Amino acid sequence: MPFFLFALLFLLYPASILGARSFQDTKTHAFTFKYVVQLLHDPYLLGAYWISIKISLLTAVGGGVFGFLLAFSAIRGGLPRFVRSSLMTFCGVASNFAGVPLAFAFIALLSPSGELTRWLTSVGFNPYYHGFTLYTFWGLSMVYLYFQFPLMVLIIAPAIDGLRREWLEAAENLGASSFQYWRYVAFPILLPAILGTMILLFGNSFGAFATAQALTGGQINLVTIVIGSELRGDILGDPGLGYALALGMVVVMALAIVGRTILQRKSERWLR
Amino acid sequence: MRRGGQVWAWFWMILGIVYFFLPLVATFLFSLRAKLGVLSFVAYQNVLSDPDFVYSFSASVLWAVLTMVVGILIFVPTAYVIRLRLPQFRTPVEFITLLPFVIPAIVYVFSLVRTFSRPPLLIVDSPALLVAAYTVLSMPYMYSAVDTGLRAIDVRTLTEAAQSLGAGWGTILFRIILPSIRVAILSGTFLSFAIVMGEYILAQYLVKPAFAPYMAYLIQQKAYEPAALAVVSFALTWASMGIIQLFGRGAPGRAQVAGGH
Repeated sequence: MPFFLFALLFLLYPASILGARSFQDTKTHAFTFKYVVQLLHDPYLLGAYWISIKISLLTAVGGGVFGFLLAFSAIRGGLPRFVRSSLMTFCGVASNFAGVPLAFAFIALLSPSGELTRWLTSVGFNPYYHGFTLYTFWGLSMVYLYFQFPLMVLIIAPAIDGLRREWLEAAENLGASSFQYWRYVAFPILLPAILGTMILLFGNSFGAFATAQALTGGQINLVTIVIGSELRGDILGDPGLGYALALGMVVVMALAIVGRTILQRKSERWLR
Repeated sequence: MRRGGQVWAWFWMILGIVYFFLPLVATFLFSLRAKLGVLSFVAYQNVLSDPDFVYSFSASVLWAVLTMVVGILIFVPTAYVIRLRLPQFRTPVEFITLLPFVIPAIVYVFSLVRTFSRPPLLIVDSPALLVAAYTVLSMPYMYSAVDTGLRAIDVRTLTEAAQSLGAGWGTILFRIILPSIRVAILSGTFLSFAIVMGEYILAQYLVKPAFAPYMAYLIQQKAYEPAALAVVSFALTWASMGIIQLFGRGAPGRAQVAGGH
């Protein structure tokens, strides 16, 4: 079947090369764990993983909380009906507006000569005099949030829709306060869906490359950026180490997907 | 919901709107500043008349169209055969189509370059490799769109009716099945079109002309022209999302999660 031929040639075979060469000595072709060991003892590469994980956690939790509040406000906040449909449209656009143009949008907003920086300077507060830069960890997190929270809104909305009115009414009839309803009914039901979507956001920013590359010009030490430079110029000295580095990313992503699948099963028990 | 809740709802909504629009407004303003002291569309003129822009933009359109065609040619017959004849292959095939979510684009292109840049598979310079890679990247969306489309029609009855009238497999697939799921797969094809148009990583590392690498290059060279390009590219995203919403009953959660971030 052409599908399997296609998948084998352009997806499975290249991916298996990644796995094979991570455990194969570049010169002797013998089986070895040395690259994995080397990877786990290299402060520079571990640091790259650490920064990638930190930024992904931060933007997954931040984007997740903000996205949930937005979605909940639009669906159950008593706002006019059109708010919800326009929010969904905006989020569809924003979650797809990433990469190079997104990086430039924030350069136009918050770089030293950006529009907001200029305006803030004119009212007497230049953020660059107060330790802010767009091109490092916090700046990049802000940019990532731009595609993170809309994704949260899009994915969590059906779960919020699944919260039945009857449950709130039942809780009220039994004399529950609004806090008790949240603490014992709504939150436990939504929690697996919220956590599962946050894991998805984690993966979304963990694999991100174009935005960071275009924004910082490769100055920030993310795993994806290191892989990019390794691909351009073999900066790690031994190709085997590059394979192990890339394989490590796949492992993290696979763990994330497994976690999400487990949580998805849990949330489907109540929300359907 | 109580009064206080509504106030908070408005508060979060306004914060979201500000976050959404500030960078866009700033980009637009910035793009008008090419001429000192006045607001003008000079940057747009410069960009749109740049032959490199026309070249890289039309290259991207070409990649996107080829990806759509290849995607339809591969995924429609696959999903059809699985639904009709080989339901036992459903799980492995779905697993494969979701793999691009697990492999970040930069890791994927890394393995492609390393795999195909030595004999006997020295095809790293071939444009076909880029189209194949784009097809892989759009596979999760394309396949699920096709599969959703097939679920909505009675594949078995249509096939049997066509067969009893003497139609061959090619006729069944491309004159009966494909037109019946046309509307359903439009959302998938436009999403893959949008992904390819904005894709940076694959084109950059397989060294092919494309819109996003051109824009990244321009950011390093100029100040106002990339802003104009960003506005153009945003309009493109908006247009393709609009088309998707118009045709596809855009199932929530079908959003892009592994594209060109």
